Amino acid sequence: MQEDLIDNFMKIREVNMMRLKEAKENGKKVVGIYCTYCPQELILATGAIPVGLCGTKEEPIAAAEEVLPRNLCPLIKSSFGFALTDTCPFFHFSDVVIGETTCDGKKKMFEIMNDIKPVHVMQLPHLKNTKASFDLWVAELNRLKSFLEQELEVKINDEDIWNAIEIVNRETAAAKAVCDLNQMDPPLLTGLDLLTVTWSRGFTTDKGDAADMLNRLTETLDSTQRSISTGKPRILLTGCPVGLGTEKVIGLVQELGANVVAMENCSGYKTLELQTSSQYEDPIVALAHKYLSIPCSCMSPNPYRIDLLNQMIENFRADAVIDLTWQACHTYNIEAHTVGKLVKEKGLPYLHLESDYSSSDLESLKVRIEAMLEMVEK
Amino acid sequence: MIGMGIDIGSVATKGVLVNNNSRYQVILPTGWSPREAGEAVISALLGQSSLERQEIHHIYATGYGRVAFNQADKTVTEIKCHARGIAELYSEVRTIIDIGGQDSKVIQINELGKVLDFAMNDKCAAGTGRFLQVMAVALGMDVSELGQAEIPEQKQAINSMCTVFAESEIIGLLARGHDKGGVIAGLHQSVGKRVAAMAKRMGIKEKVAFTGGVAMNPGVKRALQEELDCEVMVPHICQYTGALGAALLACE
Repeated sequence: MQEDLIDNFMKIREVNMMRLKEAKENGKKVVGIYCTYCPQELILATGAIPVGLCGTKEEPIAAAEEVLPRNLCPLIKSSFGFALTDTCPFFHFSDVVIGETTCDGKKKMFEIMNDIKPVHVMQLPHLKNTKASFDLWVAELNRLKSFLEQELEVKINDEDIWNAIEIVNRETAAAKAVCDLNQMDPPLLTGLDLLTVTWSRGFTTDKGDAADMLNRLTETLDSTQRSISTGKPRILLTGCPVGLGTEKVIGLVQELGANVVAMENCSGYKTLELQTSSQYEDPIVALAHKYLSIPCSCMSPNPYRIDLLNQMIENFRADAVIDLTWQACHTYNIEAHTVGKLVKEKGLPYLHLESDYSSSDLESLKVRIEAMLEMVEK
Repeated sequence: MIGMGIDIGSVATKGVLVNNNSRYQVILPTGWSPREAGEAVISALLGQSSLERQEIHHIYATGYGRVAFNQADKTVTEIKCHARGIAELYSEVRTIIDIGGQDSKVIQINELGKVLDFAMNDKCAAGTGRFLQVMAVALGMDVSELGQAEIPEQKQAINSMCTVFAESEIIGLLARGHDKGGVIAGLHQSVGKRVAAMAKRMGIKEKVAFTGGVAMNPGVKRALQEELDCEVMVPHICQYTGALGAALLACE
């Protein structure tokens, strides 16, 4: 039963590719997104389908390097490579693509990607809690709204946005409930299962369906809960985004007899506590508050990530923390210093890994992870 | 308890056998087959100690070749083995710097020899034994001669961090008539700087021990002391520290 449910998530990409094709044939619009900063609610409010785009596989990187510099983060190269080689069906079906100025690499890559497909780039402020940056972000949300209205030839009204907010809130809460099951010892989901579920949900064409699928998984797993501790080390993974295709660290942890019980990364827990509040009159303001709260390393300073990690280490009873930086991701690489300090102060082993999408460093990653696990006394 | 530790490195395979108070040690080149090198070391240790294979309670393997080796009861990482080995040799050491053939690492330990933190470099040859090996070839020398040949007073700074570029840099320096001894001192400084930076990032807690094959080179030891501004202790069996740790763990 559990395997079947996980398998359904595994199939999401495939199933939704077909749904997307049908929807397009029926005149539906598709908007491709890359990042958790993209306010999906506005896209949903137009009646279009927001879909996550590929960027977690090694294959298209060589093609991307014909245009982009080699020493760029693999996520940017992979995203661009998929677009360039037209091998991401979700990109293929997208009418427009939304990007954000999270980091320098992405910002400049989007300028070139615009030659392939229209890319609307939102100017993301990197400072939270000041009036100027908040106002800028509200203005950027309104600019996106106008862009979508014009490109997709629709009018977005507040009620549509509030309806979309309700659906996204529901789907986020459902995803959080699945992840929270792993607070139990032993965890109910292996690291790879957890990744399959949280990463795949980004490719669903219907957020309501996704919420239902997630809730069904929670109910099923919850009713089969066990309470005997296996004594396997519990690892918290943080750092750059991870997806299927780049799960090597999670796989190695599992192979070495431990478990990734929680992931703070973008596709994981980073955004799952964020709910858009209905206490504001203007839905755009409500959305602005939510999205500016995302604890991404592109924010400066970024104390909320440290708070979140601190709380996750407690709640998920982590024995050690692995911080994964993709090569040339400066913000996560530098922030590792602060994360390391927190983890060490809590008396836990901390392992900072720098890697790319290739499998060339599997052995050296393995010895580091193994040595860290030896430090965990169970 | 009789335990054996086999440390299969990229260049050499080291073995230590611990039988209560007696200790035996063997070193052989790893060559192309880590497995055969490991087996040869076991036979040599048995020969030295006049023990039979069945009398050994446990064999623990470590080093990069540990995965390919199937004669061990258990594999342990180099990091844990070096920590255990040093704790046995020098109880006052808190930081271990290990420079081997293809990687370098810094390990922080507590008074019990438990690993508190570690950092490792194996993505690039700079700061490893391989770097010195390549340079020795360019200088027409054996790597074991470098330590004695340096002239620290005439140290010539090597600017390239990359092994490939450093090789052309020293060829250029020699062509311009720079003294070999000064160039060698510069090479040692380059290794010392690279590894010291990794150690400083973690934080140096004295005392510091230096292990691995490169620790036999007094020039690198001198450079490390200069860069870290503290005394660096080199055990007389610096190449065997990992194997000793593995053997001691096998006895526990």
